[in-house]
This record gives sequence, C-alpha cells and structure tokens, in this order.
Amino acid sequence: MKKLLLGNAAVARGAYEAGCKLVSSYPGTPSTEITESVTEYDNIYVEWAPNEKVAAEVAIGASIAGGRAMSCMKHVGLNVMADPVFTVSYIGANGGLVFCVADDPGMHSSQNEQDSRHYAEAAKIPMLEPSDSSECKEFTKAAFALSEEYDTPVFIRLSTRVSHSQSLVELCDPEEAPLKDYEKNIPKHVMMPAMAKGRHVIVEQRTEKLKALAENCAFNTVEKNGSKIGVIAAGTTYVYAKEALGDKVDYLKLGMVFPLSEKLIKDFAADYDELWVIEELDPVIETFVKSIGIACKGKENFTLLGEYSQNMIKKAVLGIETEAIADPQIPNRPPVLCVGCPHRGTFYVLKKLGVTVSGDIGCYTLGAVAPLQSVDTTICMGASVSAAHGMAKVRGEEFNKKLVSVIGDSTFIHSGITGLIDIVYNKGANTVIILDNSITGMTGHQENPTTGKTIRGEATKQVDLELLCKAVGVERVRIEDPFDLKGFEAAVKEELAADEPSVIIAQRPCALLKSVKYTGHCAVDADKCRSCKMCMKLGCPAISFKNGKAVIDKSQCNGCGLCVNVCPFGAIVKEEK
Amino acid sequence: MADSKNIMIVGVGGQGTLLASRILGNVIIDQGFDVKVSEVHGMSQRGGSVVTYVKYGEKVASPIIDKAEADIILAFERLEALRALPFLKKGGKMIVNDRAMNPMPVITGAAEYPEGIIETLKQNADVVSLDALELAEKAGSIKAVNVVLIGVLAKSTDIPYDAWVETIKKTVPEKFLEINLKAFEIGYNL
Ligand SMILES: Cc1ncc(C[n+]2csc(CCOP(=O)(O)OP(=O)(O)O)c2C)c(N)n1
Ligand code: SF4
Ligand code: SF4
Repeated sequence: MKKLLLGNAAVARGAYEAGCKLVSSYPGTPSTEITESVTEYDNIYVEWAPNEKVAAEVAIGASIAGGRAMSCMKHVGLNVMADPVFTVSYIGANGGLVFCVADDPGMHSSQNEQDSRHYAEAAKIPMLEPSDSSECKEFTKAAFALSEEYDTPVFIRLSTRVSHSQSLVELCDPEEAPLKDYEKNIPKHVMMPAMAKGRHVIVEQRTEKLKALAENCAFNTVEKNGSKIGVIAAGTTYVYAKEALGDKVDYLKLGMVFPLSEKLIKDFAADYDELWVIEELDPVIETFVKSIGIACKGKENFTLLGEYSQNMIKKAVLGIETEAIADPQIPNRPPVLCVGCPHRGTFYVLKKLGVTVSGDIGCYTLGAVAPLQSVDTTICMGASVSAAHGMAKVRGEEFNKKLVSVIGDSTFIHSGITGLIDIVYNKGANTVIILDNSITGMTGHQENPTTGKTIRGEATKQVDLELLCKAVGVERVRIEDPFDLKGFEAAVKEELAADEPSVIIAQRPCALLKSVKYTGHCAVDADKCRSCKMCMKLGCPAISFKNGKAVIDKSQCNGCGLCVNVCPFGAIVKEEK
Repeated sequence: MADSKNIMIVGVGGQGTLLASRILGNVIIDQGFDVKVSEVHGMSQRGGSVVTYVKYGEKVASPIIDKAEADIILAFERLEALRALPFLKKGGKMIVNDRAMNPMPVITGAAEYPEGIIETLKQNADVVSLDALELAEKAGSIKAVNVVLIGVLAKSTDIPYDAWVETIKKTVPEKFLEINLKAFEIGYNL
C-alpha cells in the first residue's frame, strides 16, 4: 500500500518496520514530527527527554542493552548531545543505533544554519541522506542494519524540505528484530583511557571498511543521460538539480554522505568535460572531490547561505536565467505572538520597566519583535540564565538591578536549571522569570516534564518548578499571573530590588491549548478612546489604529482581555457574543 | 518533469492552509498521480507568511516551486497574494481571498498596507477574487474558509468534482461534514 507521508513520518515508519524498540528525543523544528509520528506505533517505547543529551544517552543505553533505538533532533540539538555521540562512536552498537538529525538551511525556524555533515566526519560515524519520503523510510531501515553490521551508530541527515515534504511511501510489514543478548564487555563499554585506546583502533578500521562499502553502496547511484556534464548531489539538491536540469546532465546521487567514496567519484568524474558538485551549506563533498585531485565547479557559482532552488541551479549550470515578475516592495510579515499569548503580558511589563532582558529560545523570542522589542539577547537554549549571570558579574550590582532572564518552562528544564545553580552557587543575585505556559509552544505543543503528561498523553509526575528552584537554593520564588499587569510589575520590581537570587514563575497557559477557553471578544468604544495608543504597545495582531482610533478585528481577537487592563480610559470592553 | 502541475497555497500562519494542502494532496493521490506537498511548520506558523507547495504529475522531483513556476496560486490573504505573484507562471491563475490582515509592521505604523492589490494582480494574472469569509458564513461556519477556497481551486483543475467530495468526506470529521460539503459546493460553483 502506498501512502502520502511527511519525510519525518516516513523516518518513524522506517524505524517501525526495522523493529525499533525505543525512541527518545527532544523536540526541535524541523525534526519534531518524527518522534510524534512514532506514537502511532504501540510497540515502540517513545518519550520526550528533557534535552538532547539525555535523549541520546537513553538511546545509547537501549542499544547497549540489545534493542534497536533511535534519537531525533534538530541540527543545534546535535551540539547539545555531541558529548555522548563522539564516545559512542567508540563503543559502537549492539542493537542498531540511529541518530536522525534535521538541518535547517535557510533558517526557517532556527538560530543558525550549521551543517551537520561535519559531525559525521568529526565523530567518524557514517551518515545517510535521503531526498524524499520514500528514501526516508528505506534509509532509516537500512541504517539500523548497517549499525549492527558495522558496530557503529549511524546518522540520518534530513533538511527542512525533506522533513516537511509529503511524498508517496510504500508501506511494508515490520521486520522481526528480537533483542540481542546483553553481555558485560568492559573493554567495549567502559570508555576509560586504556579501553578507549583499543577502541579507537577499531574505529579507524571501521571507517576503512565503511569507505569500501561506500564504493558499492546501493544508495549511491549513477544516472547516465549521455551528457558531457556530470553532477554530484545529495538529498535536496539532487531533487532540485533533477528538476532544473532533467536529462541534460548525468548524475551521481550520493545517499551515503560519510564516508565518501573515492573510487566511485573518480570513475564517475572521468567521463565528463565539466563536473559540478551541488550542495547546500558548506562545501563538504566539493572539498573531498578536490582533495582527491579532481577539478570541479561548486560553491564559487552558488552560495554558502540559505537554500538552493531550481532556478539557481539552472542559471549556474546551464546559464539559463528565469524571467519572473519582480518582487513587489511590500511590508513583510514576521511571525508574532498569538492573540491571547501569555508572554505578551510579561513583555509589556518588562518593556515598561525598561530592563535589560537576557532572552532565550521559544515562542517568547518573539518578544524581540516590534512593538514589544523587549528582548536584548538570544543565544541558545538555557543561555538566558547563565549569560545574565556573566553580565551581572562584569557590570555589577546596579546593572543587575535592571536585568532579568526570561526562559520558557521546557527550556528551563532543558538547560536553564544548571545556570540557576551557577547563580546560587557563585553568589549571584539575578532575577529569573520562568515563562510557564504549561507546554513546549514553539515547536508545536509538546508535553514536557512540567506538564504532567507523557508524549502519549498519559498522566505522570509533574516537576514542580517552585520546589525545584527552592531545592537548588533560591529562597525568593513566587508565582505570578502575567496578565495581572499591575501585580506582575510590582513583583518584578520587588525581586529586582532584592540582594539575592529570585525566580518569578509567570504562570498562564498558552492560548492555543484546548484547555484554555477565552470567550467572546473585545471592542473599542470609539467615544471613549482618546487615541493614546497604549493598547498598540501590546503588539496584539487583532488591534490596529484606524482614523485616529484603536479598532479590534473581531475575527482575530480571542477575548483574552489583556488589552482591557491596558486602556487607561476604560475604552476597551469585553463583549460576550 | 516540466509537466507537473504546480499549485502554491499562501496565507498567514494559523489560517488553515495546512488542511487545504492536505485535502489537495489526498485528492491527487486518489487520482493515481505522483505528488509532493511541501509544508511549513515551526516559527512562521506564529502569524508569519506561510507557503505550501503542491505538485503533481507523472513524476515529481523537487518538492518546492520556484519563481515563475506556479500554475495556480491560492491565496488566503491579499498581501500574501501579492508577495507570491513572482512565483506565478506567465498566464497562471491567482485565486485570492479578498481579505486584509495587517502584518505587524503595518500595525506599528512602520509600513502601510498597500492599496490596489487586486488591480495589480489583475495586470499580471488571471485573477479570481472572492470574499471567502462571507461565503463560509453562508455555508454555516467562518471556519470553513479554507474549504470554500478549495472549492474554487477544484474548479480550476482537471480533477472531477466527485473525487473532491470523496476526499473531503474522508478528511473532515463527521459533525462538520455537512457544513464543509456546502462550503466546497459554494466555492466550486462560484
Ligand atoms: C538545542 C535546541 N533544541 C531544540 C530547539 C528547538 N526549540 C526551540 S524553542 C524550544 C522549546 C520552547 O518551549 P518553552 O521553553 O516551553 O517555550 P514556549 O515556546 O512554550 O514559549 C525548542 C524545543 C533549539 N532551538 N535548540
Ligand atoms: S503558541 Fe502559545 S506560547 Fe506560543 S505564541 Fe502562541 S499563545 Fe504564545
Ligand atoms: S484584542 Fe485584546 S482581548 Fe483580543 S486578543 Fe488582543 S489583547 Fe486579547
């Protein structure tokens, strides 16, 4: 049976068909739906872990114990889990072990566009790169077998367009993959210097064997059309090239992007007057091709930035320029906090107080967008807390009295708690605001350890943020409602004034949760509106200013009532129907 | 590959473009075509510009639609229609929900919402414009906007009416079915 599946769902299907026993991941666009799709299969144990490092270690443990296991993450998640990944390369795999990493060229939803292929080379772990959903399933299945056969973890590399495109997939029955025996094996499983030295030898031997495999790997394919131009591509750029160049060129499509196949590439290259390497982000394949003494055209005709496209490839390789209507000069439409978003109250207050805001990653990063423009910095998950500690240490007490960190509930558990421990331990006096909206919002509403539910929606223990902060030594911990603007402002002022660390838990659920039931909508009484524009400072997409008065678009407003609290003249009123 | 039919669906995050592309994708596979549907998830779904590509034919290679490659653009909002215009093929069709949603730069006063969008579109494309919200209300729910628009789109494809109805029956929950079928019909017979 053929089914239309998202690339991510096809990876999950591949894991299911390969008899995978466990999947542990932390969400991150564009990888999130892989793990969500695994919940369709009852016989796979699946979980959201608190962060990628934990997730990878859970999968590694499962593999050592003999079960096939997978962990999925976005490219920056691979940074967080890099520590266990580099060492499990030495340990290898008992049950097949697959890490599926999704890159985001073009940064549709990311803070950088790093190229994960460097990790494969650096950690000496083979990497497969599918180009559509059907390959996502096939490559994932093959990755488990490859992992066991070569005693190595295996990377699957996706990118936004592969992860988030649906195409047809032939569904098969799952394989039997019984648990393999677990045996105590200190030289293989205990990575201390004496053992690791032995394992490193094996890793280098393994890479040689994998290079030999790459020469004949069924995923590296040659397609001849009798052309004088040869193109080497992988993943997305293969399908773009295929569409742009059709049968005007010959192709070497690489499904295995690490290790690369020297002989295969040399043999292919020998047939052409002109050889192209077409790859997004860094010139990884191109550098290899040149290193084995083959001249090729590549990055100098393209770019290190963002995504490629059909027209770009047509222009570079064939010199054909596409005629299109010029881009109109119109306002752009950046993402914004939703109507009724709990974070809006927090940022309204912080902007009003004029404090420096050490920010983090989540929906609340949008607090940096006009008109709120409240956030000062965003680095990576967790950095809001630790970076503020650094700021306070160099700039001193006065600065710290006008400095807050803002961090979401999921992000706090991911890596904010360690920063808070640093503040307490090293005698900081920072004010940290945990934006507890009862969900992992940005990535599309996943449960997390603070929500009281597992990925399958089952009830579970809930991390109590208040107790947690107290337990690490923060004595001033309080829970506030960010929609109670007056109360919230007073709380922030008090905690800023305190000479010790404090945590404010800004508690109000995400407006998109089913449990949140705002009703009716608000309207502006034009006679009472004195055009002060206070409500415009909220940056609510439902409020705009027309003919000198505020107006609320009823079809967008969800009736959250925040603007009612902002209007000094009582001009905004709630209407129930 | 050049013969694939390319449909682009554009709108504002949260407007329901994803459901529209899912219905479209499913109709197409039932017709036995190869199909690729490229969606956006994540950041831009928070009220930003969203673009979905649907391509079908005997064999589809790339999931994305580049400039001057779309046969039809289905726009859920006026400004987004204009933004997508360079992606339309010469002589392509633009179906536009004649509705304005102010983006944040307009709300803050940093920019102005352009006037005369429909006229600009008409100079460059074969335009069908409609007030889908009003029509959806007529069908029984303002939530059926996307299905009204799917109805208009359906008329511009060579896929038979019944195939669409079948797919809607399969995709939409029972209790909203009647409204959605009505919405589809209104769009189709526009
Ligand atoms: C290392 C890493 N992993 C994952 C992500 C993707 N990501 C961005 S924000 C976020 C979580 C946001 O949840 P939360 O902190 O609860 O804030 P909310 O979006 O709900 O406001 C995730 C998983 C990332 N940017 N970096
Ligand atoms: S999804 Fe929830 S937390 Fe995120 S912007 Fe929307 S309302 Fe706010
Ligand atoms: S207009 Fe007011 S009540 Fe409506 S969503 Fe915006 S802030 Fe909330």
